[in-house]
Amino acid sequence: MPLLKNNALVSDTWLVLGNDDVLPATGDVIVPFARLLRDFESLSRRSGKLGVVFANVDRAETLATFLPRLSAVVLHFSAFNDGRAYSLARQLREFGYRGEIRATGNVLPDQLQFMLQVGFDAFEIGDRFPLQVWQAASKQMSLAYQRGLFRRSAESEIWTERHTDAEPWLEQPHAG
Amino acid sequence: MYRYDEFDHQFVRERTAQFRDQAERRLRGELTEDEFRPLRLMNGLYLQLHAYMLRVAIPYGTLSGRQMRQLAMIADKYDKGYGHFTTRQNIQYNWIKLEETADILGHLADVEMHAIQTSGNCIRNVTTDHWAGAAADEIADPRPVGELLRQWSSLHPEFSYLPRKFKIAVTGAPHDRAAVKVHDIGLRLHRNAEGKVGWEVIVGGGQGRTPMIGVTVRDFLPEHELIAYLEAIMRVYNLYGRRDNKYKARIKILVHELGAERFKAEVEAEYARKPQASTEVEERELARIAAYFAPPPFERLPRWSAAFEEARLAQPDFARWARNNLAAHKVDGYTIVNISLKPEGGIPGDATGDQMRLMAQLAETYSHDELRVSHAQNIVLPHVKKDDVFAVWQALDAAALATPNYGLAGDIIACPGLDYCALATARSIPVAQSISRKFADIGRQEEIGQIKINISGCINACGHHHVGHIGILGLDKKGEEFYQITLGGSSAEHSSIGTILGPGFAGHEVADAIDKILETYLKIREPGEEFIAAYRRVGPKPFKEALYAAA
Amino acid sequence: MTTTEKGQIVTANRLRDGIAVFLTRSGEWSEAIDDAVLALEPEAAAGLEQRARLAEQACLVTGSYLVDAERRAGQVRAAHIRERMRALGPTVRPDLGKQAEGKANSFAAPEGV
Ligand code: SF4
Repeated sequence: MPLLKNNALVSDTWLVLGNDDVLPATGDVIVPFARLLRDFESLSRRSGKLGVVFANVDRAETLATFLPRLSAVVLHFSAFNDGRAYSLARQLREFGYRGEIRATGNVLPDQLQFMLQVGFDAFEIGDRFPLQVWQAASKQMSLAYQRGLFRRSAESEIWTERHTDAEPWLEQPHAG
Repeated sequence: MYRYDEFDHQFVRERTAQFRDQAERRLRGELTEDEFRPLRLMNGLYLQLHAYMLRVAIPYGTLSGRQMRQLAMIADKYDKGYGHFTTRQNIQYNWIKLEETADILGHLADVEMHAIQTSGNCIRNVTTDHWAGAAADEIADPRPVGELLRQWSSLHPEFSYLPRKFKIAVTGAPHDRAAVKVHDIGLRLHRNAEGKVGWEVIVGGGQGRTPMIGVTVRDFLPEHELIAYLEAIMRVYNLYGRRDNKYKARIKILVHELGAERFKAEVEAEYARKPQASTEVEERELARIAAYFAPPPFERLPRWSAAFEEARLAQPDFARWARNNLAAHKVDGYTIVNISLKPEGGIPGDATGDQMRLMAQLAETYSHDELRVSHAQNIVLPHVKKDDVFAVWQALDAAALATPNYGLAGDIIACPGLDYCALATARSIPVAQSISRKFADIGRQEEIGQIKINISGCINACGHHHVGHIGILGLDKKGEEFYQITLGGSSAEHSSIGTILGPGFAGHEVADAIDKILETYLKIREPGEEFIAAYRRVGPKPFKEALYAAA
Repeated sequence: MTTTEKGQIVTANRLRDGIAVFLTRSGEWSEAIDDAVLALEPEAAAGLEQRARLAEQACLVTGSYLVDAERRAGQVRAAHIRERMRALGPTVRPDLGKQAEGKANSFAAPEGV
């Protein structure tokens, strides 16, 4: 399934493996968190990139030590109104993680902007809505009151703008 | 009062345009109802029994005359000429069309208002003391923090899909008129031994199906840490709050199930873990906001007003209203005027467009252009010169707005109930009307004294029945409405949840039951003892006997 | 003596303005409950539900459901007070809603408190 990244469709080059699927010799793979814990040694010896599917009942801090080695974290929305993954994504960014954070499952255009703001940067969007709807949805609001969001090039943070001569918020890694 | 700058204006305009697009997509069928529902709810639009209902935020209950006039215009042009002021210091319109909603939001934006997050599983309109900035007992005006929280919580990307709705209340006075202990988060300003001010942070209070008093997680949080600390609380709730059962999804259940200590430890751990930004911007933002809430230019006046005293002597009706509906102002020569929206037999909290315009005009002329909405569904003119009170009363009286029952038995809180609300199990308003008629005699109300009678039309408790001195909950028994009575609730500084007295009553029996309860109180009270104090002294027994004694 | 027929009707809210409406025999949606078609058999009720779902897909109405009701002398009365309220308007404002617009009959009225 193609992914939405930086407002464009790109093809998904990752292979998503289950706990006991055979590990290919080359290529980028995404594995369940349990497998990451179990096979971390062998997974990190591979040359391809490594990603993980992280459940929204798992605690972000349990992933922290693996983050330097990861290039993708997949957070799944079983329902669009289950907001746990928003906090998880933001936590990962606060831990300094700069790789891809991908949203899968019930991902809808009207939540896209919030997802971008907390640090998601890749979206499995299916074919329920045309691409233009997604592109429009990603920039409906040009302003945000909150500070420390992850798309400062895209939206202005109102409080920061109002007090531009004040000390900047702690430097945040930008997604993507 | 706070005024929007260009950022605030642009923010609300963009939000309105976004909603217009969403509503059009829904009407064209590009969004399903399931997809659209949370979007419209986050803009305050419900689907109720008769039509759509739009709930407009009145942040921390403060309004200017111009804003009130706009609310009146919306009532007249887009609704049926009236609006309903709610227990959350909001206003609701009952007859709204989806296809006109974006236009209404545009009219609200014109006067620096919106309906953002008046519903949905997000942080709702922040409420506070309706006498903020005027009350004699206040330490500091809580509204700057209210405004700071309004901005911070508006379209918060991390906290827009919480397990359940989230309500924050703020008070700056020792006498708690904001019910901070029965909110998801309550913030109470107080002074420490060195005379510094800080915030007590109370979490996990609430009403609804499982009423609870909140627990204190920080006793004295410095003001500039508020936002960062609240982010930590919200994150813990967002991650660990229950999502499997909507009745167990409020933060009070999480606090209860984890235990106060573990919950606190989770919050502190998250607070310590979050990258600590400089709070300079928050401090400067708060200072910027606070400047808008500088007290209006009060005149230096004697405490005693000859005009006021003369009018009292000359006009017994005015004297009675002044006795019941005025409250002490912090500045000599001024008073707080409480306008009761509870006429005998009326609908609690309803006001017509004309009444709104009159109140707007009185605010402009006599109250430094300010009005407040109280959680008891009344309107407050916070800064009126005693010299002007008589003129204000005359104008109110001519518009049927001078009911002298503020804080008395006729000043009943009632949610819309089954007359309007899609979730209701029984009607609330007719019960309020029958009680109000039963106690039509204001002399009798004065004899009974301060009493809070609160009515909800279902277990969601929008009528705050759990914290009414007398609470009434409407339920459905095999298709018939019946009403459960609780006694002893309070939302003031010694908060308590009322206890159920016994078997419920049919609608037409409720007013008599309340009458018996209050007659019993009159018999047992000690001199000067208010109802709630008497109840706490004697407990439910004499009231039970009076109600359920074998006929 | 007039006979009373018991069955089910379909109600919903009109999408564009939210007004409570009832499915009629001709497949239209009427604000007046007396226009509602009464399904006397479960199969007929299922048929009405199906028609309502199509109307939802066509963006005419939203949130349709079946309601127990009875018809007597051409007037339809919902069994539950909530539905009688929707058919009438708020009992505390007899000057507003369908009851004031000639779209409801007193037969539908809930008993007063
Ligand atoms: S308490 Fe129940 S009936 Fe009353 S307004 Fe709230 S949800 Fe509706």
